[in-house]
Amino acid sequence: MNIIVCIKQVPDTSEVSIDPETNTIVREGVPAIINPFDENAIEQAVQMVEEHGGKVTVLSMGPPQAEAALREALAMGADEAILVSDRCFAASDTLATSYVLSTAIREIGDYDLIFCGKQAFDGDTAQVPPGIAEHLGIPQVTFAIGIEVDGRKVRVRRLLEDEFETVEVKMPALISVVKQINEPRRPGIKAKLAAKKKEVKVWDASCIDADACLCGFDGSPTRVVRTFAPSRNTEGKKYEGEPKEVATAVVEALIAEKII
Amino acid sequence: MDFNFTEDEQMIIDAVHEIGQEEFEPRASEVAELGEFPWENIEILREMDLFGIPVPEEYGGLEMGFLLWGVVGELLSRYCSTTGSVFGAHMLCQYPIMAFGTDEQKDKYLRPLTSGEHIGAFGLTEPNAGSDAGSVATKAELRGDKYILNGTKIFISNGGVAETYVVIANLDPSKGTRGLTAFIVEKGMPGFEFGKNEKKMGWDALPNRELIFQDCEVPVENVLYKPGRGFRVAMDTLGVGRLGMAVGAVGLAQAAFDAAIVYAQQREQFGQKISEFQAIQFKLADMATEIEISRLMYQKAAWLKDQGESFEKEAAMAKLYSSEMVSRVTSDAVQIHGGVGYTREFPVERYMREAKLFEIVEGTSEIQRGIIANRLLREYRI
Repeated sequence: MNIIVCIKQVPDTSEVSIDPETNTIVREGVPAIINPFDENAIEQAVQMVEEHGGKVTVLSMGPPQAEAALREALAMGADEAILVSDRCFAASDTLATSYVLSTAIREIGDYDLIFCGKQAFDGDTAQVPPGIAEHLGIPQVTFAIGIEVDGRKVRVRRLLEDEFETVEVKMPALISVVKQINEPRRPGIKAKLAAKKKEVKVWDASCIDADACLCGFDGSPTRVVRTFAPSRNTEGKKYEGEPKEVATAVVEALIAEKII
Repeated sequence: MDFNFTEDEQMIIDAVHEIGQEEFEPRASEVAELGEFPWENIEILREMDLFGIPVPEEYGGLEMGFLLWGVVGELLSRYCSTTGSVFGAHMLCQYPIMAFGTDEQKDKYLRPLTSGEHIGAFGLTEPNAGSDAGSVATKAELRGDKYILNGTKIFISNGGVAETYVVIANLDPSKGTRGLTAFIVEKGMPGFEFGKNEKKMGWDALPNRELIFQDCEVPVENVLYKPGRGFRVAMDTLGVGRLGMAVGAVGLAQAAFDAAIVYAQQREQFGQKISEFQAIQFKLADMATEIEISRLMYQKAAWLKDQGESFEKEAAMAKLYSSEMVSRVTSDAVQIHGGVGYTREFPVERYMREAKLFEIVEGTSEIQRGIIANRLLREYRI
């Protein structure tokens, strides 16, 4: 079974702050990491290939320094790594990004499953995985918490807001995973040293036959009008008294606010 | 001379910094307070392949030398002194097998010690044989294809938790050091039991136990090096042990300094941060300087070892200086903290209690001075 895992290098959000003057993310000195949900996707792919055989290919679109994220994925057990990197990909929105990744996946060709993290920590859109599946014309299952292979079929347990849903899908398919699906391994020093020696292929737009009109700024219908840090409303209301009375008062207040 | 680490070494050092800050440091005081062996931390060291830094690749190691081993050990001791000491004591078992073992012994014992599947310990000390190794009274007697061991070791670090032990026993006590023989003993061999775990001034989470041998049968193939040549094994191992003690002392002193320099910039008295008083500044400057001296000393000794040069004198000097240094530095860290430094709310009182041990184990300061002087008088013989 051949699995392609799409990953993104993101700033370590636990160390990110917003500049209150400019409302932009302060990136200076912030370490870059693999998007945490993508680590779950890598772990899942590595485990499934360990069980069923085949290979794991990690794929990322990004600037040349995203190679570090791919090497980390190799240390976690991926077999091959490809970085798609080209100046004309810069400023891609989720539509253009999913287009570029889908053309790279067509170039890789031989795959049974594509895994993604459910969303990226920085953009938080969760739009790229469905976008890739649409561009490729294959089925997609999002928010997977469990994946079981049965011949050419895959049974996927989805984590929804209040319930689980199990769906069956035929390969090839794209699956995005939630963090509860597994505990990503911590690669040892030996694996890291070995990963340093492995090749990370770098493909530009011409390698993947990407249509320049569909990449980067030109291929991105999204326009960012303004970014801002949400103001925090810390004002709360405290109800005191007997539990029964308090409960009644809270419910009435929620009804009055049209929340319930 | 080059003080730069290679890219690979730096990657490992960075990884240990990260894991130390994220996983070890937050739990270090709790580990010491509860007195429970830090298995979680040991599991992390295993996952990260950190038990095999100087071991040849052939046996699953990284083959990256004792200098890197020392730097990693310092960081472990800085973020969790207990974990650092387990790491150091483990080498006292791994090293003699690596240096003196047969291929079969290395395959059987060095491999699992290197992967971290097994923890190791070294048993030399006895009630009447500490600094004076020639007085080892644990007796070994050859019977057929087995040696029968009888006697008791005390204060053995990693005792009880370790699977593999390098034990020094005497074939003929009348021969003194020339009767000493090193054996590889496995936990669970018949006649090998563990006695009491000492209650100490500090280091509650580090087991220091009795090893009790009562007609313990050890196969002849478990003799390490040669019968009657155990003194050589013990002395070489203690050389690495001294290096490890210097490393641990520097790590602990750095932890105390880290705490002191932060606290000095938070605490206000007489309307200013106490770090603005020259009395405190001078203390901090002296602490950092002494730590730096000690670090350079253990790194030089480890570098000599990696070059295949004699390093015993330098290791003894590093152990002597850094063990006395860590007592001064941790005491100053408590002093800078003042009253709260004496409470268990802050880790510095624990560092001070732990520091004292370095002047005693692996040869007291007095023994180190003796070793150094001996070497010097040989070098300068007129």
